[in-house]
Amino acid sequence: MDTTALDTTVATLWRVESPRVVARLVRLVGDVDTAEELAQDAFVTAIEKWRSEGIPNNPAAWLHKTARFLAVDRIRRRDTQHSKYQQIAATSPQTVDVDIDEVVDGDLADDLLGLIFMVCHPILSPDARSALTLKLICGLNTEDVARAFLAPEPTIAQRIVRAKRTLAAANIRFELPEETERPARLAAVREVIYLVFNEGHTATSGDQWIRSDLCTEALRLGRMLASLIPRDPETLGLLALMELQASRLNARTGPQGEPVLLMDQDRTRWDQLLIRRGLALLRRVDELGGAAGPYALQAAIAACHARARTAADTDWQRITALYDGLAQISPSPVVELNRAVATAQAFGPHAGLALLDPLFELPSMRRYHLLPAVAGDLLCRAGRHEEARQQFLQAAALTKNSQERSTMQGRAAECASRHAGTP
Amino acid sequence: MRYMVMHYQTQAVEDGVLPSPAEQAAIGQYMQEAAMAGVLLSGEGVAPSSAGARLEITDGDVRVIDGPFAEAKELIAGFAILEVDSLAEAVEHARKFALLVGAERIDVRRVLEFSDL
Repeated sequence: MDTTALDTTVATLWRVESPRVVARLVRLVGDVDTAEELAQDAFVTAIEKWRSEGIPNNPAAWLHKTARFLAVDRIRRRDTQHSKYQQIAATSPQTVDVDIDEVVDGDLADDLLGLIFMVCHPILSPDARSALTLKLICGLNTEDVARAFLAPEPTIAQRIVRAKRTLAAANIRFELPEETERPARLAAVREVIYLVFNEGHTATSGDQWIRSDLCTEALRLGRMLASLIPRDPETLGLLALMELQASRLNARTGPQGEPVLLMDQDRTRWDQLLIRRGLALLRRVDELGGAAGPYALQAAIAACHARARTAADTDWQRITALYDGLAQISPSPVVELNRAVATAQAFGPHAGLALLDPLFELPSMRRYHLLPAVAGDLLCRAGRHEEARQQFLQAAALTKNSQERSTMQGRAAECASRHAGTP
Repeated sequence: MRYMVMHYQTQAVEDGVLPSPAEQAAIGQYMQEAAMAGVLLSGEGVAPSSAGARLEITDGDVRVIDGPFAEAKELIAGFAILEVDSLAEAVEHARKFALLVGAERIDVRRVLEFSDL
């Protein structure tokens, strides 16, 4: 078989099958590092074997079987080692008893969920969690993860190694958290997924305004998680939110890659399949009684936009009410900022500006470029062009995204000419 | 990118034989598999062609022909839309479908997107 075709197939199989192989292995051997190493061994074995014999009809089953074989072998050797230690030491270290047959026939969904909980463990920093998640749950290699984060490969490799070491040092083994622990652990998982999505949705750095590869990975994770725990309203709410936001990705950039604001987007370019998925998920959230959760509320806001055929049709009063709800259950300066935008749309720029004032007092908002960007927009609409210009310049100075910077500079220039035009 | 994975009708289904519980379970398992991989966007199956119709258009003349139609193998039985990285990845998911559900032929076609136009 020709080498390139084999390499492509094996690389694809790594993407499709490695998360499951690793998940099953983690349950067998307990730790992520060994599991990943064994999975790589299984794939290397596959390449050698398939090079001479061709790819089998069911390569996934072959990989799972080989991985299992390697794991059993490793456990046996470890046990042998272990009993030798036991002869020497009077106290025995803790061992994990695993019924191999039970694991092999066990539920793959549980394996995957367990692995997700492990790599999204709150003991890890959000950065470490997202790198490890992209690598092990999405099946990306370190190079891809580095490219996704616009970071040098050694940095990401280091981050992943350190994350695995942290898990090992804290003796975090494969487990499905107890019911009482679940909500907090699931919140940590959702946080990682939305972090990845947002990094792609509004790239905080780099030359591109949207990095859709990260959005795609976050969606894959969200869809995976929603299928594993289909009755968890906030997880479905998060997925609904991402589906609805992703439905607009095509319309969010202009021909030169510049950002196009929601109200100016060509709505015929919105992805109707994703909108339908988002709205259906939101209905499900409602049936499950979870409409008041923070992700569900944000999804409901996104749905208001998705339902409006034109920008003028937007139900801003409903959006304002949803933001009021969001501000109560999960208050944050960013929510306040959005509430101000919605309020300005529903009740005029002055009402919005009144909500912005307290935000300028917050130290955490001092470096946040969207605050002056929004203030500039509202001041402009209120006819206060010179003040608006100052705010746009401030936003341009604060943003790290070059596309956004030129948009802000453009708006400042626009204000300057309008200001000059008014007597 | 998106791919449409299509499978084709069997003569038995065309003859009105309902899928056995085992076959239904296999389809359910495949849908769960694809959902668990995070790649399934949408999927539908269709009834035998006796419940459908075909439009043939010659020089603007529209002729409506009621089913059933011959050549079960040429008739679509169902499709799934998958969001994946590559044709190769779509093929691996189609392979899972073939192995779980059983099919004589599966077509994997890329869905045109806005950026193609």
